[in-house]
Amino acid sequence: MAEEVKMLKVTIDNIPVEVPQGSTILQAARLIGGDVAPPAMCYYSKLKGSGGKCRTCLVEVSKGSTADPRPMPKLVASCRTGVMDGMEVKNITSDRVLDARNGVVEFLLINHPLDCPICDQAGECHLQDLSYVHGKEGTRYEFHRRTFDKHDLGPYIQLHMTRCILCYRCVQTAEQVTDGRAHGVLGRGDHAEIATYIEKALDNDFIGNVIDVCPVGALTDRTFRFKNRVWFTKPVDAHRDCPTCKGRVTLWQRGEEVLRVTARKDQWGEVEDWICNTCRFEKKKASDWIVEGPSKVDRHSVISQGHYVGLQRPTEIFSAVHDGRSPKLLMDIHSISEVNRPEVALSAIPGPATSATFDTDKKS
Amino acid sequence: MSKFTEEMKVEVTRIMDRYPEGKQKSALIPVLLMAQDASEGWLSPEVMDETAALLGLEPIEVYEVATFYSMFNLQPVGRHVFEVCQTGPCMLNGSDALIAHIQHRLGIGVGETTPDGLFTLKTVECLGACGYAPMMQLGKHYREHLTPEKVDALIEACRNMTMA
Amino acid sequence: MGRKLLLEKADIPGIRSYNVYRQHGGYAAVEKALRMTPEEVVEEVKKSGLRGRGGAGFPTGMKWSFLAKPAGVPRYLVCNADESEPGTFKDRYLMEFLPHLLIEGLIAASWALGSHRTYIYIRGEYAWIVDILDQAIAEANAHGWLGKNILGSGFDCQIYVQRGAGAYICGEETALIESLEGKRGNPRIKPPFPAVKGLWDCPTVVNNVETLAAVVPILQLGGEEYAKTGIGKSTGTKLISACGNINRPGVYEIDMTISVEEFIYSDEYCGGIAGGKRLKACIPGGSSVPILPANLLLRTAKGEKRMMTYESLSDGGFQTGSMMGSGGFIVLDEDQCVVRHTLTLARFYRHESCGQCSPCREGTGWMEKILHRMEHGKGRMEDIDLLWDIQRRIEGNTICPLGDAAAWPVAAAIRHFRDEFAWHVTAPEECLRRNYGLAQYADELVSA
Repeated sequence: MAEEVKMLKVTIDNIPVEVPQGSTILQAARLIGGDVAPPAMCYYSKLKGSGGKCRTCLVEVSKGSTADPRPMPKLVASCRTGVMDGMEVKNITSDRVLDARNGVVEFLLINHPLDCPICDQAGECHLQDLSYVHGKEGTRYEFHRRTFDKHDLGPYIQLHMTRCILCYRCVQTAEQVTDGRAHGVLGRGDHAEIATYIEKALDNDFIGNVIDVCPVGALTDRTFRFKNRVWFTKPVDAHRDCPTCKGRVTLWQRGEEVLRVTARKDQWGEVEDWICNTCRFEKKKASDWIVEGPSKVDRHSVISQGHYVGLQRPTEIFSAVHDGRSPKLLMDIHSISEVNRPEVALSAIPGPATSATFDTDKKS
Repeated sequence: MSKFTEEMKVEVTRIMDRYPEGKQKSALIPVLLMAQDASEGWLSPEVMDETAALLGLEPIEVYEVATFYSMFNLQPVGRHVFEVCQTGPCMLNGSDALIAHIQHRLGIGVGETTPDGLFTLKTVECLGACGYAPMMQLGKHYREHLTPEKVDALIEACRNMTMA
Repeated sequence: MGRKLLLEKADIPGIRSYNVYRQHGGYAAVEKALRMTPEEVVEEVKKSGLRGRGGAGFPTGMKWSFLAKPAGVPRYLVCNADESEPGTFKDRYLMEFLPHLLIEGLIAASWALGSHRTYIYIRGEYAWIVDILDQAIAEANAHGWLGKNILGSGFDCQIYVQRGAGAYICGEETALIESLEGKRGNPRIKPPFPAVKGLWDCPTVVNNVETLAAVVPILQLGGEEYAKTGIGKSTGTKLISACGNINRPGVYEIDMTISVEEFIYSDEYCGGIAGGKRLKACIPGGSSVPILPANLLLRTAKGEKRMMTYESLSDGGFQTGSMMGSGGFIVLDEDQCVVRHTLTLARFYRHESCGQCSPCREGTGWMEKILHRMEHGKGRMEDIDLLWDIQRRIEGNTICPLGDAAAWPVAAAIRHFRDEFAWHVTAPEECLRRNYGLAQYADELVSA
């Protein structure tokens, strides 16, 4: 007999939604989607026990439930707080939430190396996205940042612990998806780290999935290391008949060349299916795969650069906006700037160029 | 060579009996404490691996726990480990000066071991002896109401103990 | 002299041994409890108004009545003896000198809660106390107070001592449970609460040593009689561990009818400030609770005498009050530096953060670094506001109360001693020489 699931009504940022009993606030918010869904750096719906740690998904519960309307005194982690009937939640409509989230971003970044220019995760990094939306420019942290040595966890995976935000997802993945965990969280407090303790390769048919679940560039694919920026590669959905996994993947191509294979990810950046190491690391020829078509990429992602879907171009022409007046050129910057001098070879200048570099009058 | 003697293995079984069936992982911390005492005061990867095998755990589960708790030493330590408290109440009663005195007497810094392998100096956070400050832990027991003279006597006693 | 309910027998020679303890009326509470139903025992504890003595002050009877009782699932009682809050050493005293009092309370509480396996989780550093407890448990077993069919009641119970291995966080009840399960002491995300899903996913009650020991006088006197000691919602007696710059540091049992002033200056308790100095400040309930300058400590903002009760100590909220907390009473004399003291506490919380959630993992270290810079003459005026902002964003945003515990001491120190922080910036040289020119905080109410 199918058990009847009770539906609960919850209002998030003034938008009502109905969810089955047992859902979390985050799940309800994701049903609404858009900005109402809180960011989640550690929660992963496919991993049991994940969430609650990063504190980016904190929300304010302004009304507990119909039965007990008292607000919750503290902000709560939406990924681990169950919905009650009649609950009212504030996410982006709460200044407290936005302030706390801003604080969490700052905490996550104080010891982050900010080495995005040399990080393979750049362009698909959740910490970048989070910082872009909720972070502040500049930092108030002036101390040495915590660093760790890089480690190769076997031939396929590189651990760059300095970038890690300790979401525990990779540990849970190894625990729940593979048949023997060899890495974990060692140490405690601000020197806690993901490690194997004694030098050890992670080898298991499914261990490559830790790369996909990592929200930052702490675990990266060694076969793709420094090969390309993700936004220059084109993602296509493909599949193959794999004896180990379902074989449904995304190929990241440059021209005909397959540079990288990952699991397919949904709109929340979570994998649809776990894929095996063979599919991920060893099938790098287009002929290994049956291509289905271009992957859907969120239009906000840098990966979709130049291929915006659903973009609305303005219909007005320039003069229409200006009430028929044509724009007036106030100043021709090129005629007065000293900077724009083709005879100065920028690469020959030691250190950053300043206006003095171009000041030909003072040059003897 | 196994660090676990037959008597210790009996003790491990006795500890495991404290928990309901299937919950034997709970024995991990008591067993590690016992193993550390039997291994010159520190836990080598070999000792941890053996502990894992005894309790039927993955080695990483043991490493995770051993690196979390401050009482486990993961590097060799001296024969006598001075663990001096430096938190608020001890500080109010002069623990900073006491630590400096010990450093001077032993000629080592915090976290170091004397070249003869006799003494290690560690600073620790609150040990729950705030009313008897300043204090330190030496082996199983606390040494409280410390003064430079008392510390000197302790150092002397440790030296004599080792020679005897 | 106040009424003593816990330490009454502490001075009897040999009270640590079973025979002496029994001769002086020990284990009568177990006899009484086993003649009652478990529900009746819970009812007595509710009537007593006993509040958890670990720090949070939650009503114990209510906590017990929340325990889920699904059929066929074992329930557990765990005694929290992981005493690690700086300034607190009362549980150690109880266990060291009156081990049978704790065992007696534990057996009665186990009966009330239906726990057949009861664990005492003790901090690993208290190694010698483990021997004392083990011996007391062995004696209790030998005399039929533990084991199968206790006193013919049909109730089976065994008590086990479990050592920790050095982690303040294991005093948080879910971290303690994790540690007892043989894992890292990472606090769990609540709900579910231990009363529903605790040790090995079974319903569990975690109580402090002193709380469980207090069950003995509650059963002996009856809940109502017990509640007559104390004032208002602060019933019974409380152990206060006093330390810092006082003449007579130690563990005192107070019946929560005395004033803070009396507690500090009377010869029966702290015996005044050491070295004939004046009182500058005090942290009345363990390092996590707000520090108060002398004037606000002795009198509330309303000008009333501040009493050693839960209500009076928290009178004025965090603006002008503090908390009873765990009863760790830390006294600072007029020569002590609040910035330096706060730095040691910030270092403590950084050291003890489990590292699971980002605000605590990153924020505690950041606060320590800034305080270190200020204390060592490299601070800037903006640092004070920066510290305030960091603590504000840790507080309330973490998985467990350690974040709050780390934030409150910094907040209170800035709230009440802002000019001392500023002085560290404007006169760094003087600060380095430790020449405190800030005795204006010192007590003027009591003349030496």
